[in-house]
Amino acid sequence: MTTFASDPDAPATLRGRLRDRVWRVAAAATHPLDPADYLDMFRPLRAGADLRARVVEVRPETSDAVTVVLRPGAAWRGHQPGQYVRIGLDVDGVRLWRSYSLTSAPGSELLTITAKAVPDGLVSAHLAQELCPGQLVHLDQAVGDFVLPDQAPRKVLFVTGGSGITPVMGMLRSGLDRLGDVVLVHSEASADDVIFGAELREFAREGRLRLVEQHTDSHGRLDVAELAALVPDLAERETWACGPAGLLDALEEQWADLDLPDRLHTERFRTALAEPGEGGTVRFTGAGVTLELDGVTPILDAGEQNGVLMPSGCRMGICFSCVLPLRSGSVRDLRSGDVTTAAPGDGVLIQTCISAAAGACDIDL
Amino acid sequence: MTVLQKKTDNPIGHLTPDDIEEIGRRLDAIRADIVASRGATDAAYIRKVINVQRKLELSSRAVLLLSLFPPAWLVGTAGLSVAKILENMEIGHNVMHGQWDWMRDPKIHSTTWEWDHASPSDQWKHSHNELHHTYTNVVGKDNDLGYGIMRVDEDQRWYPLYLAQPLWNFINACFFEYGIAAYDLELGKNLATKKRRKDPEFKARARQVLKKIRGQMTKDYVVHPLLSGPSFLHTLAANATANVVRNLWAHSVIMCGHFPEGVQTFERRSIEGETRGEWYLRQMLGSANISGGRAMHLMTGNLSYQIEHHLFPDLPSNRYQEIAPQVQAIFEEYGLTYTTGPLPKQVGSAWAKVFRLSLPNDFAEKLTARLSGGSPRPLTS
Repeated sequence: MTTFASDPDAPATLRGRLRDRVWRVAAAATHPLDPADYLDMFRPLRAGADLRARVVEVRPETSDAVTVVLRPGAAWRGHQPGQYVRIGLDVDGVRLWRSYSLTSAPGSELLTITAKAVPDGLVSAHLAQELCPGQLVHLDQAVGDFVLPDQAPRKVLFVTGGSGITPVMGMLRSGLDRLGDVVLVHSEASADDVIFGAELREFAREGRLRLVEQHTDSHGRLDVAELAALVPDLAERETWACGPAGLLDALEEQWADLDLPDRLHTERFRTALAEPGEGGTVRFTGAGVTLELDGVTPILDAGEQNGVLMPSGCRMGICFSCVLPLRSGSVRDLRSGDVTTAAPGDGVLIQTCISAAAGACDIDL
Repeated sequence: MTVLQKKTDNPIGHLTPDDIEEIGRRLDAIRADIVASRGATDAAYIRKVINVQRKLELSSRAVLLLSLFPPAWLVGTAGLSVAKILENMEIGHNVMHGQWDWMRDPKIHSTTWEWDHASPSDQWKHSHNELHHTYTNVVGKDNDLGYGIMRVDEDQRWYPLYLAQPLWNFINACFFEYGIAAYDLELGKNLATKKRRKDPEFKARARQVLKKIRGQMTKDYVVHPLLSGPSFLHTLAANATANVVRNLWAHSVIMCGHFPEGVQTFERRSIEGETRGEWYLRQMLGSANISGGRAMHLMTGNLSYQIEHHLFPDLPSNRYQEIAPQVQAIFEEYGLTYTTGPLPKQVGSAWAKVFRLSLPNDFAEKLTARLSGGSPRPLTS
């Protein structure tokens, strides 16, 4: 473990020094574990623990979206509206991490995220069906630059599609009062499917924003070219947009044509992972080596043949000496054909001696 | 026992190459079934074992703060012994095998786990996972065959030093964790020449081991006794006892895995160009199980399913029980001997071998012949 004593920021107060001493004795008493391993059994949300949160409530938002209310541990540093958070959930026993926009206003003791079901989405199904109040989830600190500036612009336009409303909802819930003139154009299949539909319509009824709903089941997809007709003064508005890639691409094109690219802020959800294939480009990020691999050569063999210094062991998949973190991409287990996929940012440890590339891969070495 | 290739009644002589590959395919299918069904129940199992082990250790150590009182000493020592056994066997050994890596939990992972043992995880994983599990029972390649201090196979050369091997074995059993640390460090080989002693890599590894041992010693023989105040000496004795109990237990279980009669060894040349099926077959014949109930399986870290463990070292230990009947059916179908027996019998069998092989082969054979009043004992049971 890292010792408190060598920490240059160690508290100089008597109390701090005392705590430091006690911790060192505790560390000697729990060797080779860390005192935290024992404390985690009793107080997983305490100050100094890894960041976790306890599920307070899971409630349906629409027929295919759920809101999860979380109480974060003491290590939570807060967030700005519009930011997202990575949440680690044990789905069928496997820890999977996904990013969700925070929809609660900052400063609250509780956090909320809202997730829409993704077809074949293991994690979103788990959120809706398995997750229960009282369970612990793992958390990273909030990140993202899809946020309102300190100096709120006078006129604002939000363009959202589907679950793209979630980061904007965080902004509306916390900042609607300091935003003067707000227009929200939201695209969704039908009125019933609109996440936070009742709350948004209430805002509109109170005159706090102008809400334009585009229901694609009855009226077709939102045509960006027609946006100017819906919002005649859009050129005067600072615009934030979040939704499907097609919508965002069209908006960026339109704003570029209007010569207003600086006025548009977009947030893209990284959803669909690349479909696993046969072979692919493997990048050893630390070594700075990129290789084109087929789908049958173990990554270990290929790396070694190309001069990469790889950790290795039994070369038959039993000793786990060769494992390396797969940061993104897919690999195939050559024994079983099973594909392991890492979402960007993950560090899934893979056995390179029995894994072949199944698409582009980033491997930490 | 002698290497399988030199036996007159070769126990795999009746198998065709196709049979052996078919055995491999059937075992692959068993593995695939378990891999496909690993899930939340398994994850809950290992988390529960870890949780129970840590609470048992905490409470035993708390009781030992009052170890001056004999009942507290007894209860605390018993609890701590069980906690140490669980940590080494069902948790540490299996986590370091990567059995739980699929959970992607960085706290229960082969790359991060450090166990309550004198040998640092990194070094143990190399000598155990990489050498022993790959070269299981290959004479001259698998140092687990006698740990370099004993002769456990007729085909290992006899030296007069081996006369005292029952004594070495007993001493090794009492201080097993240090024996393992020395073994992982290849101390015998590395201390032999000046060049090896001066090798910076060896020196770095030796420092790592000493650091680990210092941490372990400080915990059990300084910090906890000091915290016990007037019970200092009693707690020290309790911790030493728990360590020895754990060592004796672990040593007995490990002996049962590869040393009892009926377990086969293999020639070094026999594994050249070995196929997957042949590798499986070597694991099947090179290991022995221990029969018993749930407590036995838990306390041995499911090494009571040593055969299943050697076939599938990275499957979660709680699933070995479930696949054992399927594995045993394959043994029966192909006329192979599934070596198993209760703990006392297997430990006795392993010890008998240690005694017998402390003598040169011909001498031992004559002696056994005279004792049993008949022909020399058969090589396999």
